[in-house]
Amino acid sequence: MGSVVRCDRYPYVTGSSVLGIKYKDGILLASDTAGCYGSTVRYKSVERLKRIGDNTILGASGEISDFQAITNLLDELITEDWMWDDGNKLGPFEIHNYLNRVMYNRRNKFDPLWNSLVLGGIKKGKKYLGMVSMIGVHFQDNHVATGFGNHLARPIFRDEWKEDMTLEEGVKLLEKCLLVLFYRDRSAINKFQMANVTEGGITITEPFALKVNWELEAFRNPTKGAEGSW
Amino acid sequence: MSTIGTGYDLSVTTFSPDGRVFQIEYATKAVDNSGTVVGVRCKDGVVLGVEKLISSKMLLEGSNRRIHAINRHAGMALAGLAADGRQIVTRARTEAANYLSFYGEDVPIKELSNRVAHYSHLCTLYWWLRPFGSSSIIGGYDIDGPQLYTIDPSGVAYRYYGAAIGKGRQAAKTEIEKLRLAQMTCREGVMAVAKIIYGVHDESKDKSFELEMSWVCDESKREHQRIPSDLLMEAKAMARDAQEDDLDAF
Repeated sequence: MGSVVRCDRYPYVTGSSVLGIKYKDGILLASDTAGCYGSTVRYKSVERLKRIGDNTILGASGEISDFQAITNLLDELITEDWMWDDGNKLGPFEIHNYLNRVMYNRRNKFDPLWNSLVLGGIKKGKKYLGMVSMIGVHFQDNHVATGFGNHLARPIFRDEWKEDMTLEEGVKLLEKCLLVLFYRDRSAINKFQMANVTEGGITITEPFALKVNWELEAFRNPTKGAEGSW
Repeated sequence: MSTIGTGYDLSVTTFSPDGRVFQIEYATKAVDNSGTVVGVRCKDGVVLGVEKLISSKMLLEGSNRRIHAINRHAGMALAGLAADGRQIVTRARTEAANYLSFYGEDVPIKELSNRVAHYSHLCTLYWWLRPFGSSSIIGGYDIDGPQLYTIDPSGVAYRYYGAAIGKGRQAAKTEIEKLRLAQMTCREGVMAVAKIIYGVHDESKDKSFELEMSWVCDESKREHQRIPSDLLMEAKAMARDAQEDDLDAF
């Protein structure tokens, strides 16, 4: 009875960064499969990349339960769209707009869905890659990242991303950034997934690990340059 | 056939002395006057077909859909008043979506049919509502296999191997009974349904018609979809040839 006044909630089980790049034939998304419960890496098989319909993929960082709620909403949306059977299907631009509306309206009620969403897709040759944040900020770009990815991966993207990369080049670039995130982000694990969307369809890889090298010079004396650290 | 229910037919909340509710029977007449709808349950799925009577040459082909998807695994074909049918489809879709949201699995066809029947029946209980002038044939594929149900304006759901409603239902039922449905695949079912509908179409009484068909079967990955256009063309051609053969036989 009556309306519940909700204050800013706290995220409980969170996912770390999601990375996304455009390449020649479509979009690539990558993330690890960790679900952290505060500072504990509690769940190690959380799939944070989901397919939406036939031509869009969604990756989320932040509260995992909110991500599940979002995918439920999108499943209902896609099924309803499918039932029209009129030769038209919701594409990535439409879903981006829908998600933006959802996130922004929740934020206005002081009850946000605590996620940073990365959406990628391709429809009728037009590629799309964008982001929607938990406060409803949304934009599109050639490469996006959430969370720590913004600080660690995007500088690498800015240097090394180029127009019309091949799939191999794109995967290599993402793997480089995933590795950096694993080294430097304490909530990342060495178990990743990559999602690829092209005109031909969507593939999401099985979880894979990357080769790490802890013998790098920078790891030898980690507190060397840190003033006042113990 | 025609009965006069003088005085007892003014309201759906009135019984006649011989225990009939005339308003419901009149609603059923609306269904009986519409184009034939046929459904068959084959061994690997369900096929639905509708004789869509074309009222005007100006109508765009493929418009005024009579078969609607209720969920991915179920579809509904309608006979009777189109607007009433649309309402039933909307309700069925809501019920299916709610069930999925609540229980986390696709609504079983039996449950879906029960809910649609319940809704149809609801409208026969109050004097300020009128019964739906629309019957529906639900075809779906769930964990218990392919199933076919019919719901009429009185709010009764029956499960069938083969069903027909609308104008040509008597002739259609006779044809369906000749089929060996348990051994037929859906591809064969498509041909059979097309042939039946072309057969029951009365050229003298009604002008032209458009055949609309759909299926839920193993071949369609248990999803409700319109018959692929090449198969539909093949079925139409076969059905037309079969009619010409019958005419030649005279």
